[in-house]
Amino acid sequence: MTSAAPVARPSLRQASGPARRRAAFSGAMNALLAAAVLLALIPLGLILAVIVAKGLPAMNWEFLTGTFNFSRRESGGGYLHGLVGTLYMGGLAALMAIPAGIAAAVFLTEFPRHPVSGPVRFFSDVMTGVPSVFVGLFVYTLLVRRIGFGTFVGAVSLAIIMLPIVVRSSEEILKLVPGELKRASYALGARRWQTVLSVVIPTAAPGLVTGAMLAVARALGETAPLVLTALAANQVVFDLQGSGQSALPLLIFREARGAFEAGQQRAWAGALELMLLVLVLTVLARLIGARRPAGT
Amino acid sequence: MNADLLGAGATFPDPLYQEWIGAFVGDNPGVTITYEPIGSGGGVEQFTAKSTDFGGSDAFMTDDELAAAQDAWGCDVVHIPTVFGAVAVAYNLSGVESLTLDSETLAAIFLGEVTQWNDPAIADLNEGVSLPDEPVIVAHRSDGSGTTSIFTTYLDDESADWHDQVGKGKEVGWPVGVGGQGNDGVAAAIAQNDGGIGYVELSYAIQNDLSVASMVNADGKAIEPSLESTAAAADGIEIPDDLRFSILDVGGDGYPIAGATWILAPTCGMDATKADALKAFLTWALQGGDGTAEELLYAPIGEALQDKALANVERINEGGQ
Amino acid sequence: MTAAPASVGPLAAIRRRRVADPAFRWVLLGASLLVLVVLALMIGSTTLDAIPVFVSQGIWSFLTGTTWDPGFSRTEITGTYQAGVFIYGTLVTSLIAIVVALPVAIGIGLFLTNVAPRRLARPLVYLVELLAAVPSVVYGLWGLHFFAPVVLKPAAQAISGELGWLPIFAGPVIAFNFFFAGIVLAIMIVPIISAIVREVFAAVPEAERQAAYAMGATRWEVMRSVVLPRSRPGIIGATMLGLGRALGETIAVALLIGGGTAINASIFQQGESIAAKIVNTFQESSPEGIDALIALGVTLFALTIVINLAARLIVRRMGDVSGEAVA
Repeated sequence: MTSAAPVARPSLRQASGPARRRAAFSGAMNALLAAAVLLALIPLGLILAVIVAKGLPAMNWEFLTGTFNFSRRESGGGYLHGLVGTLYMGGLAALMAIPAGIAAAVFLTEFPRHPVSGPVRFFSDVMTGVPSVFVGLFVYTLLVRRIGFGTFVGAVSLAIIMLPIVVRSSEEILKLVPGELKRASYALGARRWQTVLSVVIPTAAPGLVTGAMLAVARALGETAPLVLTALAANQVVFDLQGSGQSALPLLIFREARGAFEAGQQRAWAGALELMLLVLVLTVLARLIGARRPAGT
Repeated sequence: MNADLLGAGATFPDPLYQEWIGAFVGDNPGVTITYEPIGSGGGVEQFTAKSTDFGGSDAFMTDDELAAAQDAWGCDVVHIPTVFGAVAVAYNLSGVESLTLDSETLAAIFLGEVTQWNDPAIADLNEGVSLPDEPVIVAHRSDGSGTTSIFTTYLDDESADWHDQVGKGKEVGWPVGVGGQGNDGVAAAIAQNDGGIGYVELSYAIQNDLSVASMVNADGKAIEPSLESTAAAADGIEIPDDLRFSILDVGGDGYPIAGATWILAPTCGMDATKADALKAFLTWALQGGDGTAEELLYAPIGEALQDKALANVERINEGGQ
Repeated sequence: MTAAPASVGPLAAIRRRRVADPAFRWVLLGASLLVLVVLALMIGSTTLDAIPVFVSQGIWSFLTGTTWDPGFSRTEITGTYQAGVFIYGTLVTSLIAIVVALPVAIGIGLFLTNVAPRRLARPLVYLVELLAAVPSVVYGLWGLHFFAPVVLKPAAQAISGELGWLPIFAGPVIAFNFFFAGIVLAIMIVPIISAIVREVFAAVPEAERQAAYAMGATRWEVMRSVVLPRSRPGIIGATMLGLGRALGETIAVALLIGGGTAINASIFQQGESIAAKIVNTFQESSPEGIDALIALGVTLFALTIVINLAARLIVRRMGDVSGEAVA
């Protein structure tokens, strides 16, 4: 193509009549779309602001380290038993779901044409949409009816919620590992399991950790399945099974719907505590995931 | 004493039970008692399922429920009344400090027949009170509740319309209204709705600064719910041997919507240390319990009933494990 | 090369590594099957428990009747179980959520992919995603004790004041109602819908957009005539995924919807959703009552699965969507 002298682009602002109107309309629509973003961000700001404003005053040392103070009408007492329960069940659930989920994801990426892979991928997708209360019902009928309420069955319900999330996000991360790295490993004589364990996983590690932490953050905030499996507790519980277990979301849920002022204040502090936990995990997860080794 | 007790049930006595437990456990450090306020329906159910050591209910078990529980535990189940409480009719109407209602009007409100606060039915009972032209927002329990049982048993007894259309029980088909979980939830529902009205155990109304209505009793007197009027209501009622009773046709100075609340316990099948702890706790509570009951406006059960109640406490786990 | 005995030396090591491979594959296969087994068990065991209730009640009656009167039997079904009120509540709150969330999410998607400069878009994406990290119970508490009384109630009273002659906006405004639950639900599902539509908008071929610009289209005209039409299947898919999430949301709705026992026409009145009913009545239910709640759960599950499946099929038609956006 022969080079021509550069043509000055006419600015729409200098146009007249219909072109001007269209430009103005476009500008107005841009503003409208920006307003949509604001409409989403304002509640976010309000949530964070209100939780801090209402939760911080009620969050004192007694709240963080105390348990039920045996009085509905008086303020005081704390949510330590909820914090312990949340961390305990979340940790157990992570132990159950993350290795299994990553292993399943490895299978999906290493053997994509295996007859099992298609259904597993599809049903993982489907399972991410299962209502969490339904998971609780399932664990209730399968386990609680046989071995009672407790920490373990609570953790199982959280693990079931986490599993498909870990599978899907891990699969996406593993797919990003360059084929060349794997082929180079095979060329050096490594078997598949050596390649996966020494090349693929370490390369994908930041992304896998991100996915895992986001799944945990999601599980820590779950309430409904725990109502049906962990039930409740008034003190710190270390038992694995056989007695009820508490969790931050359970305590918040109970006290939020009551009329007692003291209870509502504790609920706000509990919400702040839970939000901090979830936010720290979420932010950490994204930070770790942003660190990608060269080559990916 | 070293024991770990789990009980669940009525929210009606929950504020009192928790403070009792706190005091008892403070003096007996080897004992932990957890009471979960899940409603009387839940109390009976979890006790029958044997997931709890004892249950709490303000609706005494029906013959069917008793049979099922005795089936489950393999022996007799005892009802132990702990306190009397008043079911207050709490409301949230700015500018209206005092309100008087009778059973017919109350039934009409909860049937959805009276829908505005300045309805003549209400106005007639409240001369001199300026009632606003605002809608009445009814609040009731959404869970299976002994408080509901006391309230509906009263309405069922007093109002033919209520008897025909709704009936009584821990759960009924409410014609109108917002549902709250537990006494706590109903108190919240009343507090958050201008023009709200609902039924809650008295201490929930007082602790949350809700106004309560005076109810016209069988002698035509308008009585406010209080410690005295609750005790007066329970005065002189006939107590059957199995200690299952309702408080109806209250006259004199008694507040007409009152009831007892019971602890349900088995006469066998408990671990010995647990049974001892439970008996010690209930005996301590029935014999005064530090006076917390009166502080929270629950009326103690009076001497005659107390003897029978303590006799039932003795029967806990009499058959051994 | 001299042949060494197979049990010793470098050949043995190679043999061990070779044998480890099938073992490795079995382990991975087992993990994958775990997902299928869990799902199959979930569907199987809950459906089995629910069947007696469906049989005793009749499916049509279960789905459309409005009387829920649990029995107390430990061995058979004696109560009346009709889920009409809860199905209605679930559908109404979810509908309100979609009606409000969809335009907002599309607006966000368009803004972040076609209007905002990249350096502004990245942090904004991050912030919108943060909405998804807030736990449901926190949404419920915040909604119940701040957003509803301070923002939504005045809005509802204004709407009811002007348009209250329409049955769906009739007053009085109850403190817990479909509208409050629906709006909070909308805030909760905006991140899900916007994440997917963003991917879908970004997947519109650059060439077509540039062609439109080259013909003199304004930015908005490009969006309206190129981006949006090309994205229709994806938008539908995203909507249905958001809807699926809204249908299953339990705690925030339980705190805001009001525990109603009848079908109320106005969105400013109380109702009850399937998930909220389950979580509210679970602890006091007799064995037959629990089976009835399981039947409710199966109904909800069937509904969300159908919608999720349809959504994924539609979204897939627009090309592969990353697992992160979908989860």
